[in-house]
Amino acid sequence: MRFLRSSDAIILAILAVAMIFIGLVNPAFWQMSNLFSLLKENVVIGIMALGVLLVMISGGIDVSFTAFAVAGMYLVVRSMVALDYNGLVLPFASTIIIGGLLGLMNAGIIHKFKMIPLIVTLGTASVVRGLVLGLVGTSNVNINKMPEALVNFGKTDLFVLERANGSTYGLTAMIVIYLGLAVALHLVLKHTMIGRSVYAYGADPEAAKRVGFSTGRTMIFVYVTAGALAGFAGLLHSSMIWLANPRDFVGLELDVIAAVVLGGASIFGGRGTVLGTVLGVFILVMIQNSLILMGIDTTWQRVVVGAMLVAAVTVTALRDRRALV
Amino acid sequence: MMMSETKTNATSRPGLRGWLKGEAAQTNVMLAVSCVLVLIAMTALRPSMFLSSYNFESMAFFMPELGILSIAMMIAMLTGGIDLSIVGVANLAGITAGTLFGAMAGDGGSGALGLGPVTLGVSAALIVGLLAGLLNGFLISVLKITPILATLGTGQVFIGMCLVLTGGPAIVGFPPGWNAIGNGKLVGIPVPLVIFVLVCIALSLLLARTSFGLRLKLIGTNPKAAVYAGVKRGQMILYSYMLTGMLAAMAGILLSARTNAAKSDYGASYLLQAVLIAVLGGTNPAGGRGNVLGVALALISLTLLSSGFQMMRVSNHLIDFVWGAFLIGVIALNSWRRRKGA
Repeated sequence: MRFLRSSDAIILAILAVAMIFIGLVNPAFWQMSNLFSLLKENVVIGIMALGVLLVMISGGIDVSFTAFAVAGMYLVVRSMVALDYNGLVLPFASTIIIGGLLGLMNAGIIHKFKMIPLIVTLGTASVVRGLVLGLVGTSNVNINKMPEALVNFGKTDLFVLERANGSTYGLTAMIVIYLGLAVALHLVLKHTMIGRSVYAYGADPEAAKRVGFSTGRTMIFVYVTAGALAGFAGLLHSSMIWLANPRDFVGLELDVIAAVVLGGASIFGGRGTVLGTVLGVFILVMIQNSLILMGIDTTWQRVVVGAMLVAAVTVTALRDRRALV
Repeated sequence: MMMSETKTNATSRPGLRGWLKGEAAQTNVMLAVSCVLVLIAMTALRPSMFLSSYNFESMAFFMPELGILSIAMMIAMLTGGIDLSIVGVANLAGITAGTLFGAMAGDGGSGALGLGPVTLGVSAALIVGLLAGLLNGFLISVLKITPILATLGTGQVFIGMCLVLTGGPAIVGFPPGWNAIGNGKLVGIPVPLVIFVLVCIALSLLLARTSFGLRLKLIGTNPKAAVYAGVKRGQMILYSYMLTGMLAAMAGILLSARTNAAKSDYGASYLLQAVLIAVLGGTNPAGGRGNVLGVALALISLTLLSSGFQMMRVSNHLIDFVWGAFLIGVIALNSWRRRKGA
């Protein structure tokens, strides 16, 4: 019964209402192929959102993760093309390491110079994007050049259904990876010391320090994990769309942050759950993709996402209303 | 968010005022020196190109819009906030005016529009800025939303409204009177530069010589003391975001007047640069500290630097890298100085 009173339950209720509403406006929403493509859209944004959730629980905000995702993805794919390497484990390990190291840079600067995470990550994002585009290259790696192993991996389906006209559609297997990462992060946050230290640090850094948490280690855990998740999501994205574009993900930061906030995480830190974030990502992706189904012009998409973000932060701000002085 | 300041404030409270003044002056001297150094270095590398009057004149035309955005960012930071929607506001202001001109001109084309419609356009743009700032201020001071998220969200709404108004492509063909704001000259001095200098003078007077400016800084320095001193916090924050919105709209007027066009994604890189210039100019993002002269000096030194880079044919992407690296470098330097001063 405790669940019914949690924010996660409210988010679930909002999701259900939104789904019923969209389904009433256009029943095509409930077609299996539409639902499968929605789930597929969730994967990359969702994995990035897990990283952003971690940062927000710690009381920070991260706008550099999309740049890290691009760095991991583009560096790895370009090296694979250059070396004519065709594999999976090593490329994914490399992109995770690249993302993690860049995250370590964020953690170092934020912790050492005690600087506002937003401004630090604005700076590191510009540094990383500038270096990738300026030194590595600006051209896309297209499907004809993309390493085959990556493309085939991205194509993997859990199962395939057939439409009446004989064409097939499947549910991507990547959803398993996403949900697996979500469960893992949930367990780490709930049941390990380092996970609890993130909540403690986010609620009150000074108190966390006094009860004996090493705040430096917490910061490193938070930003390295966020960076590694972003790097992984970047390469996964490119293997799912069969394209490596060094200008990808521009502006996606906001969508991801909006999804995490929709999921009930508070920017003041100390609050937020994995389940809420997964639901928030689903709501965001669903509404973005259903505007066309509902007959709304796509130029309205940004207004809708922005308004959703403002509405969600208003609700969380009213919930977390604290004395401001 | 306040973690950076609590420590230094506690240890340096006696003589806080003198110390503040000292640091601001120090920063400004350092910035002026770095301006001169950049100037000398660039002149040595590319003497004929860099020192040409054409180069300085073109800088005088495109620098003011970024300068006004940086000052807007500084105002938002004074209370410990930030405004991530300034570029959206600037574009929305330009596009609103452009749409208005389009509607007024009818079939005759906007070339025939005289002074009256242009004045109307300027007022409309400024009102858009004021309303946008009012919305931000309302979300932040009344609904108590964190400035980062509130302005991130409203920024998207503003950019979205630009897209809805234009349908995607740029609006072109502003009346000649409007273009004169961005490309004209007043007794040999570019009009944007005149506007920028006037804005600088007005705002430094506002911040340094009026009780409004003093109270604004007090909110950022010590929110508790500000409340006990009878400062109406919510009201002040509302006003400060309205001012920020108006300044952003002014930058939008300059931008669209200079380029003779308005589009939803113009000046996207200005956001980072405005944050950088504000921080480099001695503004403390945690609130309380900031002065117009510092921001102007930071603007000049960075404009000289990037114009020099462009002349040496450094790619734009690497210039982005330099901007970001500069921001981090300044953060590190400020932190080191704070520690030494504390």
